[in-house]
Amino acid sequence: MEFFLVTLLNSLSYGLLLFMLSSGLTLIFSMMGVLNFAHASFYMLGAYFAYQVGLHTGFWPALFLAPVIVGALGAATERFGLRTVHKFGHVAELLFTFGLAYVIEEVVHLIWGRAPVDYRIPAELDFTLFTLFTTQYPAYRGFMMLVSVAMLLGLYLLLTRTRIGLVIQASLSHPEMVESLGHNVPRVFMLVFAGGAALAGLAGVIGGNAFITEPGMAVAVGSIVFVVVVFGGMGSLAGAFIASLIIGAIQTFSVALDYSMLDLLAKIGISISRESAWHGLFSITVSQTAPVLPYMLMVLMLIVRPRGLMGTRET
Amino acid sequence: MTPVINLRRIVFWAAVVVVFAILPVIFKQSFALSMLSQMGIAVIFALSYNMLLGQTGLLSFGHAVYFGLGAFFCAHALNFIGAGKLWFPVTLVPLIGGLAGLVFGLLFGFVTTRRAGTPFAMISLGIAEMVAASALMFTAFFGGEGGIATNRTSGGPMLGVSYGPQIQVYYLIAGWCVVSMMLMYALTWTPLGRMANAVRDNPERAKFVGYNPTRVRWLMMSLASFFAGIAGGLAAINYEIVTAEALGLVASGNVVLMAFIGGIGHFWGPIIGAVLITLLQSALSNYTQAWLLYFGLFFLVIIMFSPGGIANLVTLHNPVWRARLLGKLVPSYAIAAAAGSVMMLGFFALIEMIYHYEAKESATKAFSYFGVTLDPSTAAAWLGVFVVFGVGVALFYGATRIVRRAWDTLTPELQRQGAV
Repeated sequence: MEFFLVTLLNSLSYGLLLFMLSSGLTLIFSMMGVLNFAHASFYMLGAYFAYQVGLHTGFWPALFLAPVIVGALGAATERFGLRTVHKFGHVAELLFTFGLAYVIEEVVHLIWGRAPVDYRIPAELDFTLFTLFTTQYPAYRGFMMLVSVAMLLGLYLLLTRTRIGLVIQASLSHPEMVESLGHNVPRVFMLVFAGGAALAGLAGVIGGNAFITEPGMAVAVGSIVFVVVVFGGMGSLAGAFIASLIIGAIQTFSVALDYSMLDLLAKIGISISRESAWHGLFSITVSQTAPVLPYMLMVLMLIVRPRGLMGTRET
Repeated sequence: MTPVINLRRIVFWAAVVVVFAILPVIFKQSFALSMLSQMGIAVIFALSYNMLLGQTGLLSFGHAVYFGLGAFFCAHALNFIGAGKLWFPVTLVPLIGGLAGLVFGLLFGFVTTRRAGTPFAMISLGIAEMVAASALMFTAFFGGEGGIATNRTSGGPMLGVSYGPQIQVYYLIAGWCVVSMMLMYALTWTPLGRMANAVRDNPERAKFVGYNPTRVRWLMMSLASFFAGIAGGLAAINYEIVTAEALGLVASGNVVLMAFIGGIGHFWGPIIGAVLITLLQSALSNYTQAWLLYFGLFFLVIIMFSPGGIANLVTLHNPVWRARLLGKLVPSYAIAAAAGSVMMLGFFALIEMIYHYEAKESATKAFSYFGVTLDPSTAAAWLGVFVVFGVGVALFYGATRIVRRAWDTLTPELQRQGAV
């Protein structure tokens, strides 16, 4: 019970972090039709900027400054990069973001080196929030959830209650009509891209110190975010939310479970000798399969329901 | 209609065979020979990738999966041959890799090709991640971190060929490369190849004509995986070791770069890309730590300014060449090249300065740059590099205008001759 509750809380905080990343990605995708390969790179930049800014100002100003810088970079990417490539079609746009991810990783190598940097949880948040049975739950995890939920609410209110949110929603489905009503759709695109990048940056600020800040972090999380977006349904925020929580739970739980098929078979009274060819296959524990599970889930989803959990369209 | 096998094609492919045959005579050093072998493998791999991206419009980020699986199957096949459990000529072992690629292409392709465009790209990435993660899980087959070692001479000498010396391996690779190139080229002229283009350009109309776009994509993907598997098998023979890196995301990304930089719109574009990038990878990595960065930036520049790749830049000059007006462009290109090299000199110096400034392991930060000693701890060096770079940018900007004007003066002449 204790294991279950603690892992559930951990998976919730991880899932919410995934949603911060996937929400921006899915918004950008449904609006511009561009799958942003560099999205996880913005996440990484968020963590590194927070570390660098935090060296001078401490954690709290960095929490606001780093996402702003990342957002500005995102805006510049859209304005000077994607908009130039747009006329060459979607493949060129996709490859542009792919190349950008490549370059960002190398620039991080260039500036901060290949080893992880010492980006730490601020001392004010380094205490135990509560004790569940015998496990002490760190306050920073609670803070992560708080920021994620605040962001979720903010995003929801922005999209449904404000004028710009309504324009964004309208440009998702009818960009020409919005344009003829006198709104500057390219600028809306730029804002959405910048906003998505800033959200990824924010996720980096609060995720970088909870996990690890190193040049490989973008690649590590990037493909998981893709899985979330495909699983939840392309372009669906609600789908991305549910998928983030599911994938977060699967990853967190599977890493913690140290059982294999052998144990299961032993429970029902079947034992497999060490010499058997099947021994190697059956002795793989659940935690060993953890890295593969999200992708298998995605492939299953594509076979059963190609448009994803909540997706409304195929492409 | 010209017959399928006509004189022009025979002469062309004969020339290709001759080039492959005499290359090791010109480049005799063992370093050059191993690089040529590497290029041959890269050419097959990049061309097979272009069957997906260029011909069928499928942007895959997981093509190395089939390359890597082909390599692993070949490594195991070689080991079986060595242990006497299997009799099979080593010359034909790449075929095993090809078949492995084909089987997995059929299997994964069935799932992935149900969708095209961006979803296909994401799914291919997911499959690649899945296979890469599984490779570390099933250590019996993939050998874990250390990979699978093998021995290419295990088949023993056959007709005097033992595949011990690198030159024999080169000719093996060259032979497979020529055959694969021919087959892939021939495929572009078959109904399947033509329908692949139709599916790429307009799947809906292809459907109306009576073809199933999913089926066409699936077939093309399986065939592309077949050739990728052959390339992987050759890699297993060439390096005598296969690690999980061979099917990883970096390898998949690499082949995207090769095909795109070379040019996906032409059959021979990926060949340029494969040769150029193999050359750059081994040459640049000897000189600078930052070569991956240059590489990525080069890729971005190609996408932004010449999305047809290098092949497209070349064919752009075809009408000018035919109108015998190329000479009029040369002076402006020379100016642009000179200005560009000043800019690049400044830019590379800047990047190298940052790298050496950040390098903590060495006591002195000074380094030699084209014979000039630069010390990143002095302000003068930074100022100098910035000035060179700034002047270079300004010069290059001016030069691009000269090039544009040269083209502008040519255009009426070309139009008058009916060349464009």
